[in-house]
Amino acid sequence: MSTQVTTPTPDLRADVWSRKDLTAIEPLSVGELTTLLDTAAAFKTVGTREIKKVPALRGQTMVNFFVEPSTRTRVSFELAAHRLSADVINMSASSSSLTKGETLKDTALNLQALHADIIVLRHSSAGAAQFLAERLQASVINAGDGAHEHPTQALLDTFTIREKLGRIAGIHVVIIGDIRFSRVARSNIQALTKLGARVTLVGPPTLVPREFEHLGVAVTHDLDAVLPDADVVNLLRIQHERQRKEYFPSLGEYTALFGLTKARAEKLKAEALIMHPGPINRGVEIDSDLADSGRSVILDQVTNGLAVRMAVLFLCAGARHD
Amino acid sequence: MNPNPTPPAPGASVILDAAAIERALRRIAHEIIERNPDLAKVALIGIPSRGVEIARRLAALIGQFSGVQVFAGVVDVAMHRDDLHRHRVPPRVERTILPADLDGKTIVLTDDVLFSGRTCRAAMDSISSFGRPARIQYAVLVDRGHRELPIRADYVGKNVPTALHERVHVRFAATDEIEDSVWMSRTP
Repeated sequence: MSTQVTTPTPDLRADVWSRKDLTAIEPLSVGELTTLLDTAAAFKTVGTREIKKVPALRGQTMVNFFVEPSTRTRVSFELAAHRLSADVINMSASSSSLTKGETLKDTALNLQALHADIIVLRHSSAGAAQFLAERLQASVINAGDGAHEHPTQALLDTFTIREKLGRIAGIHVVIIGDIRFSRVARSNIQALTKLGARVTLVGPPTLVPREFEHLGVAVTHDLDAVLPDADVVNLLRIQHERQRKEYFPSLGEYTALFGLTKARAEKLKAEALIMHPGPINRGVEIDSDLADSGRSVILDQVTNGLAVRMAVLFLCAGARHD
Repeated sequence: MNPNPTPPAPGASVILDAAAIERALRRIAHEIIERNPDLAKVALIGIPSRGVEIARRLAALIGQFSGVQVFAGVVDVAMHRDDLHRHRVPPRVERTILPADLDGKTIVLTDDVLFSGRTCRAAMDSISSFGRPARIQYAVLVDRGHRELPIRADYVGKNVPTALHERVHVRFAATDEIEDSVWMSRTP
């Protein structure tokens, strides 16, 4: 039985979160990011209770509005809402009137007319979440907008790194793969650089353009050279659905140059973490056995995603915005 | 530490100084020992933020008086509040730290000020979602009255009759960089 308790620091963050929406990581301050991560740490313990549910958002309605297909993000948001006692409605593009020609704004206004308090939006157009956030009273959470941002994925990646390695500042994170089309990479770059991590992007020149250096990250096309210095490797999924042939080598060529094989993993530091936002293409971005190995934190990311989404819903919808 | 602390609010005056707070906590510690012959089953659980410091202090005093090291922990109440829609900024959520198994335990909730009783209600709801302790007791440094729920403290440092427009502020050296003190002020 432990009696070690640290007294919480006095509330220095008085106004550190007053946002109604989470549409991107880019506008967030370091204080806001830290508030999100600390709140997520508190919500993670809800999963260890006998009753894995708290009444924080009782009576609120969350609409999962996924215009682009997704299973894990949608289910994670849905479970997060259930754990906070909110009611959940799931809508997909095919079940909405978007296919009948209704505009995004009209669909959203209809959801608001039904008194939806939170709208979680996944959309193929960059800026879709921001568009709704500016027009609706409901809290709007971006669950991925085109190639722009996927803020909750970056938060759960950052949370997992902080949990496993104890800090973010000074950590060297290597992000491998299709950066050009990746909203996960964009949000991760924002979150990690704000919190003081060093980020290196690796991939074929067509998918990792040098322009990314403007964001304060390093760009290289030589994976083997950076592996020995990495604290974290984050392998992005090759998004077959977004690929155009001219940008992408063959899968075999990609794996040969940028796949995390067993031989490459030997070059990593013993304590380095292997991350992947999922779903994994086993044998393409990562060797199948490595994905199941002790240094892979891929399933921790899934668990932490739930805690992070509870924190986001609580912070955005748990206060009055008028 | 600042020898001439700024009052927590304009015009606030001290109603308990460091020595009086220490006396109150020592008395509460003795009362907890007296009421709970099986101290090994007692866990002191603080309500953030300053209740956590009170739990820590009481645990140290009980250890000193009885030789039994009791568990000191934290219970988050932010997730269980019934007034979230009244806040412009969401309340800070803290990590809950409880004994691994609550079954058969006596939980002593600790807080700085007892006012409406709603925070205590939220804390009891939160504890219940982790398990079923044998009993829950409640210790507060100051009871200022004006209950909105049928809740009463088992251990009270000081009863302070107040008007609704008055405010009570508790400050601890460990958390506030000002000497242990309880203050009262009027809201304009």
